Amino acid sequence: MTVATLKTTPERLLARDRRALARLITWAENAHPRFPGALREIYGHVGRARRLGVTGPPGVGKSTLCNGLVSCLRERGSEVGVLAVDPSSPFTGGALLGDRIRMESHTKDPGVFVRSMASRDSHGGLARAAVDACDVMDAFGFDELILETVGVGQAEYDIVSAADTVIVVLCPGAGDSVQAMKAGLLEVADVLVVNKNDAPGADRLVSDLEDAVALRRESRDGWTTPVVRSSAGRGLGLEDVLAAVEQQRTFLGSAGLAARRRKMRVAQVQRTVGELLVQALWSDGCRVEFIKTALASGRPPYDVADEMRDQIL
Amino acid sequence: MQMTERKIRVLIGKPGLDGHDRGAKTVASVLRDHGMEVIYTGLHQTPAEIAEAAAQEDVDVVGLSILSGAHMTLFPRVREELVSRGMGEILMVGGGIIPAEDAETLRNDGFARLFGPGTNTDEIAEWIATEMKQRFEEEGDDQ
Ligand SMILES: Nc1nc2c(ncn2[C@@H]2O[C@H](COP(=O)(O)OP(=O)(O)OP(=O)(O)O)[C@@H](O)[C@H]2O)c(=O)[nH]1
Ligand SMILES: [Mg+2]
Repeated sequence: MTVATLKTTPERLLARDRRALARLITWAENAHPRFPGALREIYGHVGRARRLGVTGPPGVGKSTLCNGLVSCLRERGSEVGVLAVDPSSPFTGGALLGDRIRMESHTKDPGVFVRSMASRDSHGGLARAAVDACDVMDAFGFDELILETVGVGQAEYDIVSAADTVIVVLCPGAGDSVQAMKAGLLEVADVLVVNKNDAPGADRLVSDLEDAVALRRESRDGWTTPVVRSSAGRGLGLEDVLAAVEQQRTFLGSAGLAARRRKMRVAQVQRTVGELLVQALWSDGCRVEFIKTALASGRPPYDVADEMRDQIL
Repeated sequence: MQMTERKIRVLIGKPGLDGHDRGAKTVASVLRDHGMEVIYTGLHQTPAEIAEAAAQEDVDVVGLSILSGAHMTLFPRVREELVSRGMGEILMVGGGIIPAEDAETLRNDGFARLFGPGTNTDEIAEWIATEMKQRFEEEGDDQ
């Protein structure tokens, strides 16, 4: 047995062992009983990496853009961790995780780590363990983290409480700017990217989005969201996207960043407390019985709920 | 935290030069339909690339597909690359046109099952599911 096998998995992570990195993400994903303890051990090393979120409707080129951004960041000497989330089937629970195939060129680069994750039972565009996985990659020592969400529709914004900066990717032909506004995508965007700039309709989409941004009375933190063009499929416009991200980071400053991160952690703890309480609440079968009995006696649902709340609190 | 039901994560790789991945894609989607989380890494991957992807993804199963006839060189090389990354215990299966004596050699070399061209894809999925269920039970919390 080598010395390495004697160390614990968190120790090996901090010693930059990539197997430990992969395994800790698995623990997070499976809510393994050892994960909270492992996170405790590495948490002091979390917080250095910049977290860039990439979201947008299905097929707009998010993964292709991520692939290009990784290349640009590597040229600047940054080490990059990528977490790419794809949807689980609500019927079978299975998933085809297809984001990685767009980033295959980075597989052999030791400065890059790509992990695919299924959304499982989360419906906010990320997986439940996405933030945990980012914490693990952060503690490992990556400079930059990129999180790709599932292709979003009209109400999936978990990315806002997981990333320091959010890029919303759109492309001509995948819905117009009105749909993007309706979906609230403009509000979550720190940077708007019109990808597939080579495709017909790009000019129109860019000018519509610029109008929409100008019309907004107040943007998040008072920052004016820029609209940037890219053709990620051809490797074009990637430096422009990164430049916009860097401007937003400068605008936010260290105080703005810290404030965002505090908010994210509060949201994470609140979410977790909610989950723990719900679990604890229904693990006691008597409560369900109480509800059944009360309803059977003809009482309306809100009265039953109120009484139950009063009993609990 | 409550432990969630453990999902089977599978990587489907196509090492080598042949450009036919219909079989690989079909198997990938059948495994998905059986509730597994499947990563397909695409055509023309080197053994090192497949093993590195499997390591980053921490998959439970690696399935390889080759139709070019190069399985006797490429399958063992993927296995070596996995072993060198500390993943020798992983469940490995292969598919393609593999003569019986080759299959025998590969089985001795760590490939648990080899599936010929006519194999029913649902059977592949069910076999992997049964095998992994047993492994997960043996591992328990010791993953
Ligand atoms: N014309 C054109 N096609 C592109 C460009 N970028 C990506 N594509 C193509 O768009 C398709 C989808 O690309 P992905 O990167 O997988 O898109 P995605 O948004 O990650 O998709 P999901 O993760 O499934 O939502 C692929 O066929 C890409 O080749 C581009 O700049 N121009
Ligand atoms: Mg994608």
